[in-house]
Amino acid sequence: MAIMTTSDLWSPFVEFGFMRRGLVAALALSLAAGPLGTLLQMRRLSLVADVMSHAVLPGAAIAFLFAGFSLSWMGFGGLIAGLCIAIAAGFVTRSTPIQEDTSFAALYILAIASGVAILSTAGSNLDLVHVLFGSLLAIDDTALIAIAVVSGVTLLTLATCWRALIVSTVDPDFLRVRGGATAVHMLFLVLLVLNLVAAFQALGTVLSVGLLILPPATARLWARSLSGTVILATVLALVSSYAGLIASYAFDLPSGPSIVLAAGVFYVLSIGTRRYFTSAAATVRAL
Amino acid sequence: MIEIHHLCVRYGDLVALRDVEGTIANGTSLAVVGPNGGGKSTLLKAIAGVVKPCDGHVHTNGARIAYLPQQSSVDRNVPITVAELVSFGLWRETGWFGAIDAKRRARIDEALTTVGLTAFASRRIDALSAGQLQRALFARLLLDEAEIVLLDEPFTAMDAATSAQLAALFANWRAQGRTIIAALHDLGEVRQYFPQTLVVAGRPLAWGATDEVLTPDLIGNAFAFATADHHHAEPHAHDHHGHHDH
Repeated sequence: MAIMTTSDLWSPFVEFGFMRRGLVAALALSLAAGPLGTLLQMRRLSLVADVMSHAVLPGAAIAFLFAGFSLSWMGFGGLIAGLCIAIAAGFVTRSTPIQEDTSFAALYILAIASGVAILSTAGSNLDLVHVLFGSLLAIDDTALIAIAVVSGVTLLTLATCWRALIVSTVDPDFLRVRGGATAVHMLFLVLLVLNLVAAFQALGTVLSVGLLILPPATARLWARSLSGTVILATVLALVSSYAGLIASYAFDLPSGPSIVLAAGVFYVLSIGTRRYFTSAAATVRAL
Repeated sequence: MIEIHHLCVRYGDLVALRDVEGTIANGTSLAVVGPNGGGKSTLLKAIAGVVKPCDGHVHTNGARIAYLPQQSSVDRNVPITVAELVSFGLWRETGWFGAIDAKRRARIDEALTTVGLTAFASRRIDALSAGQLQRALFARLLLDEAEIVLLDEPFTAMDAATSAQLAALFANWRAQGRTIIAALHDLGEVRQYFPQTLVVAGRPLAWGATDEVLTPDLIGNAFAFATADHHHAEPHAHDHHGHHDH
């Protein structure tokens, strides 16, 4: 498709049910990814989230062995594996001299190796590609409902516990003295794993953190307040999801990478142009 | 009342503090002095419950505790305002779900005025100097209404005028019956604001009325410790502080 017309911006969603479902799934993920990803960034846990997303793999692989390519079962297996790894990493850091970055990196490598090993005993290479990079356009009803529920629960929880999450993000020791620091951190990790598993079905283990990391990082380059960062991150995630799906249809690209690349375009452009805009703003203020 | 019984705290193999024994009555203002690595911070952390004793125990009998560490764990990378940071002081009241209503906002403003940060209320915390951040943390303490206030080197980043202004708050807290325990370096400040003093150098050397405790002999003894048998504890104690940075 060489030339795009305005109708190409919406007709794929009118014509094809799988495009509509893919869009709804990606938008639902984006709504939760804005605020959750912003907190993730502020808590300096972006790399930890990347590790956790891979931790989902062995659980999903075991589910695949028993239930075949069922997104729901693989999501459930991934959820269990992700929570186990989160708890295991915390345990290793607390009770051994191993630093957090090393304990997470070790678990990450083990998760990938065991996941790929388990999958290779049963599946073909095609299955592996699905698991690693997702299959947004093959989402079934159960998976779509699961994504919507996770997104809704995440937004509700964030809305009610926002203050607690901010206090523990800004000053963890403050909360430690008063109690509740561990509870808040565990709550955050559970929300994170839930969203990674939901996104895993759509974007795959490798890319499921994409919407959690890129839009908030881009927003942080422009927004001056916390609420500004959250709002901009959410808008960027929504726009990236839509633009990525359109691009994937127009240029016959896989949908998951296409969405993450769309978010990446905003990130790279922002890095490139921010200096120009901030110096222009400083000039205006100086006048 | 704080009851300390045979308290011992270790970091790995190093014993940072041992043999602390005593009670601190409600409403006491106690200064903790001693050389670097002598266990001042460790004692405050043990009372706050941030470090676990390897032996003995500290009983605070369920009192509400506020603890201002030497290097606060405040992450200034998060773009919140000074007023929002100070509002954390209402945590015990609001809990997880409580909101900051107009009444509470007025109390936040009042606390900011008390520490001289009114003009900074809507400034972002990454724009504060070290001294201004410390003022904000004092404002947060004001809202906390803790029964036991633990302060670790609270005046380190401050000029004399600012420390005098903040130390004036101690009188209010004393009048309200709060217990104040502060680790301090400046013995002038100790004499001025704290009737009781505890000297620690790995273990307690003296504990009593400030005038009786801060004798030239004893101070000499305590600070000789830094170069004597216990000096290896110091770098480790620093490691531990560094840990709060991230």
